[in-house]
Amino acid sequence: MTQVDPTAGSAAGSAVGPGAGSALFAATVGLAGNAPPRAGAWRLFRDNPVSVAAALVLLVVLVVGLVGRWVAPYGINAVDVANALQPPSGAHWFGTDDLGRDVFSRVLVATQVSLRVAFVSVAFALVVGVGVGVVAGYRGGWLDTVLMRVVDVMFAFPVLLLALAIIAVLGPGTTTTILAIGIVYTPIFARVARASALSVRVEPFVQVSQTMGTPSGYILRRHVLPGVSGPVIVQTSLSVAFAILSEAALSFLGLGVQPPEPSWGRMLFDAQGFLGLAWWMSVFPGLAIFVSVLAFNLIGDGIRDVLDPRQRTLLQARRSTRVPGRRRAARTGGAA
Amino acid sequence: MTGTPAVVPANGAVLSVADLRVSIGGREIVRGVSFDVRPGQTLGIVGESGSGKSMTVLAATGLLDAPGARVTGSSLITGTDGGAPTQLIGAAERTLRRVHGDRVGFVFQDPSTSLNPVLTLERQISESLETHRGMTRRAARTRALDLLTAVGIPDPERRLDGYPHQLSGGQRQRVMIAIALACDPTLLIADEPTTALDVTTQAQIVELVRALQQERGTAVVWISHDLGLIGQVADDVTVLRQGEAVEQQPVLGVFDAPRHAYTRQLLDARPLLGQSAPPPADASGAALLTVESLDVRFAVTGPTGRSVVHAVDDVSFTVRRGRTLGVVGESGSGKSTIAGALTGLVRPRAGAARLDGEDLLAGRGASGRRLRRRVAMVFQDPFSSLNGRSTIGTSIAEPLRVHRLTASGAAERARIAELLELVDLSGDYVDRYPHELSGGQRQRVSIARALALEPDLVILDESTASLDVSIQARVLELLLRLQAELGLTYLFIAHDLGVVQRMSHDVLVLRGGRTVEHRPAADLFADPREEYTRALLDAVPPVRPRAAQAG
Amino acid sequence: MTAGSIARFLGRRVAHSAVVLLGVMVVVFALVQLVPGDPVRIALGTRYTQEAYDALRAASGLDRPLLEQFLSYVGNALTGDLGVSFRTGEAVAGTLLERLPATVSLALVGVVIALVVALPAGIWSGLHEGRVSDAVVRVVSQAGVSVPDFWLGMLLITVVASGLGWLPSSGYVPIAEDPVQWARRVALPALTVGLVAAAIMTRYVRTAVLEVSHAGYVRTARSKGLPASVVTGRHVVRNALIPILTITGIQLATILGGVIVVEVVFAWPGLGRLTYDAVAARDYPLIQGAVLLMAVMFLLVNLVVDALYSVVDPRIRLS
Repeated sequence: MTQVDPTAGSAAGSAVGPGAGSALFAATVGLAGNAPPRAGAWRLFRDNPVSVAAALVLLVVLVVGLVGRWVAPYGINAVDVANALQPPSGAHWFGTDDLGRDVFSRVLVATQVSLRVAFVSVAFALVVGVGVGVVAGYRGGWLDTVLMRVVDVMFAFPVLLLALAIIAVLGPGTTTTILAIGIVYTPIFARVARASALSVRVEPFVQVSQTMGTPSGYILRRHVLPGVSGPVIVQTSLSVAFAILSEAALSFLGLGVQPPEPSWGRMLFDAQGFLGLAWWMSVFPGLAIFVSVLAFNLIGDGIRDVLDPRQRTLLQARRSTRVPGRRRAARTGGAA
Repeated sequence: MTGTPAVVPANGAVLSVADLRVSIGGREIVRGVSFDVRPGQTLGIVGESGSGKSMTVLAATGLLDAPGARVTGSSLITGTDGGAPTQLIGAAERTLRRVHGDRVGFVFQDPSTSLNPVLTLERQISESLETHRGMTRRAARTRALDLLTAVGIPDPERRLDGYPHQLSGGQRQRVMIAIALACDPTLLIADEPTTALDVTTQAQIVELVRALQQERGTAVVWISHDLGLIGQVADDVTVLRQGEAVEQQPVLGVFDAPRHAYTRQLLDARPLLGQSAPPPADASGAALLTVESLDVRFAVTGPTGRSVVHAVDDVSFTVRRGRTLGVVGESGSGKSTIAGALTGLVRPRAGAARLDGEDLLAGRGASGRRLRRRVAMVFQDPFSSLNGRSTIGTSIAEPLRVHRLTASGAAERARIAELLELVDLSGDYVDRYPHELSGGQRQRVSIARALALEPDLVILDESTASLDVSIQARVLELLLRLQAELGLTYLFIAHDLGVVQRMSHDVLVLRGGRTVEHRPAADLFADPREEYTRALLDAVPPVRPRAAQAG
Repeated sequence: MTAGSIARFLGRRVAHSAVVLLGVMVVVFALVQLVPGDPVRIALGTRYTQEAYDALRAASGLDRPLLEQFLSYVGNALTGDLGVSFRTGEAVAGTLLERLPATVSLALVGVVIALVVALPAGIWSGLHEGRVSDAVVRVVSQAGVSVPDFWLGMLLITVVASGLGWLPSSGYVPIAEDPVQWARRVALPALTVGLVAAAIMTRYVRTAVLEVSHAGYVRTARSKGLPASVVTGRHVVRNALIPILTITGIQLATILGGVIVVEVVFAWPGLGRLTYDAVAARDYPLIQGAVLLMAVMFLLVNLVVDALYSVVDPRIRLS
């Protein structure tokens, strides 16, 4: 697994002067702060065909995750050795595996497993990370230093390696996988939330509250948390994508979700010995991962675009002129 | 120094703009502006925010880079070596590139972002010489040295190999001017070139541009929001309002016989020196705020280590009840840091501040919170000092709730309505969001929120500096009225001496964190004792335009 | 003055890395402490003699007090002694060093592939924001980020190795032994790693270029009438280089420590494969050693990046 989250850019850049690393970080943290209410944001999101397509795909994935178990044509462990390694057909849309199990049914059911692991682990990372990050960023001082050193330490471990190490300690399984993925994605949320909280903290409207003697709790609840919500929403969408990938990788290594429960990664693990023999065993579960991850990533991107003030202006300008791709109009659409 | 005599369009102008229109997203921002720039003369373009002044000039010179903008009209610039004038509207990139940097030079507003941080000054000056003049690197370097010398950069030889971050703001703007003039352009575009600078630096830049212009015969378009400044630099003036040129005539005419009501309004709203003072207030009343030997230091962590900035160094002053103390200083003077220390945002290293005898600096916990209530602050930026996600009502309610100043929801609503009325806003603003309000309206809301605390002392930290002059004048009037009605005491922090004179009974002049002068306003303005105070006063653009003094 | 500020800057970075390294060691050390039950017993399986148990326990120092264990662990680690493998009884450090070249060659080739793809694509896309070509680059790179790397590897094996038979699907030959065979064998795994990294880096490069292209000094450069190539090269890309350096460093470090799955797919005898086997066998000293080594590599790569910053950015060199 070689994925890093888009915000990890500051791992090296955080201590470097103006400009360095900030361009990367700004990608999400720039959304923090004093944005007006989100009126119109939804309309802009809706106007982006890529976002809409991604949302529709995501909807399908979620529905499959919810009802997959009931609509699957075959049992997930319905072994039928006589029909092993059948290519896709009318009876078996995605073919059958080496034990004759229906790949389509297994992909459907695995959706739920994979999504559950991703959602629960990201929820864990979100709650812990945002809590730590907001407190560190808002309070500053020694607490900030200590918390951020801990985050630095966690960033020094490659994501999958840290997850592996945690599994080595706790033993493989679904619960461990959730915990491991949750832990490795916590520091990213902490970084995003801290950087956003830092930028909100110096906003004049927060300073006004401080000069008026408003208690920290009120300021955190009323001003800081809403201020960091934009970057955190974007990060959540992207992290779910990465969590699906991480779960797949761990299960592929045989250390994540354990049989008899099917998971996309585990199915790819099973397919390994049959790469030349039965392409469908690896292609369809892989496609399922790819499509779900892509949907979450594109939606994260779409949200970022409508929340980013500069992007927003661009989108709004385009929306009202209805001439996409005319960026150079100012220079070419002249007197003629 | 000037190159070959410029060939001018038929009407003799260096730049001739006719019926220029810019629209973005179906909305017309510039609506049919025409103007001519005469050789060797300065055209001042003045307008408030939203007047489209920068957009007009950037569109006319082919440098506008706004997404989805449509530009129509005509803009002709004189050709070189007897060639025909060049049409810039709708011109090809290649044509524009030949004109930019060669026949037109540009100076932009913010010197801290206009220079490339990773290139040497030599490279940044010489690259246009290499492009347009075909100079060798060596020849360009010699020319760059001449230019740095001409714009008054000390030790230019050494600076050639230096980088922008080693220069002060004023020096960076001098380098920008050197870059703009590198190829001896016939036209210099200066887009608010002094707005980000201190007044004394502004005065130097004005003189520099003037001297270079006379020496080289360059025509200048000077864009500014400040009519006083335009009076000092311009020969002709175009007044823009909402994308339309409402007044165009020589500078003397604009000042002496303005034709349009809007021009008159701009002239009247200017905060001028020696024009007005606040109503008198008791000079022997009780001291409300006493500050003694205040000392604030900041640790600054850079990429290569920590350093300490001594922001406020042994500053003492007194503010009497019902009076206004004006605090004046340029950037780095420590004036805002003092406000921060008094409101608990910044922790001072030493010194004392007493409000009615109570220690303002030590206050923490419940007693601290009570003291916070007695000192209110209004910040500079009307856009960021209100939470964009909260309604106006919620913002004003915050101090009421935090300090339990109203007994019930109904009382709270009534009080908010009352406060809005106090700042001349109607009650239906309660449910609106800040982005629906203009800058002046937002600043009124900020003032209402400050008043909600029922404070003894109101700190106004550049509270009107970001507003357009006409709006600033009305907000200042409001502040004076509130002081009279509610008996408020102000600590009025500003860089604009005209505004300070209008508001203050006493004045404290700061420089580099230290007190320069602390005296009653009338004495200080009539007879400044310190040279620095005099320099500040001299740097303020006078009431009459420069042309009037010359003629 | 120049040397002084670079030294100060790097000094701070080294000090910071040292603190992080100490934290890393705490985590790595704590790993074994957190194992429920007795790690030695787990490692030995069900059948063992008391003698073997005592010997392994003493050799791994698990019979001493915790703080002493930690201090001696740090002391040993700093002198290159990472203990002995539960499984093979060989020195962990030696085993790791043996596997390092395979991983490093894979990572370096991967990063080169990533840069070759990401730099032009990201710069193009960033300079043409909002155009169709930008949208294509954005969607394609987003797709690349969404592909599980091991799946991409499996597809490449299916098509290129099994299907077309152009390249071997697994195995490793040291470059010193036979450069041609090395290249043939590194191609597919490096392509797998490189393409995924390219997708990530394209997005970063695009963001960096986009950010810079809206900077005031780029407008200044345009106002000088410079050729587009000069504006792009000298002004946009030079400044975007700083964040690009950052992400290149991070990608290199991530690949060095994160190619576990790809190494498993391609049977590549590197650190990732070693770690995987160690986890499966619960060989704790080896897991600890591998994790520590990868974290150290991450810190080292970042220090190199920091050193490069001070070359690229005069604000650090001359502050």
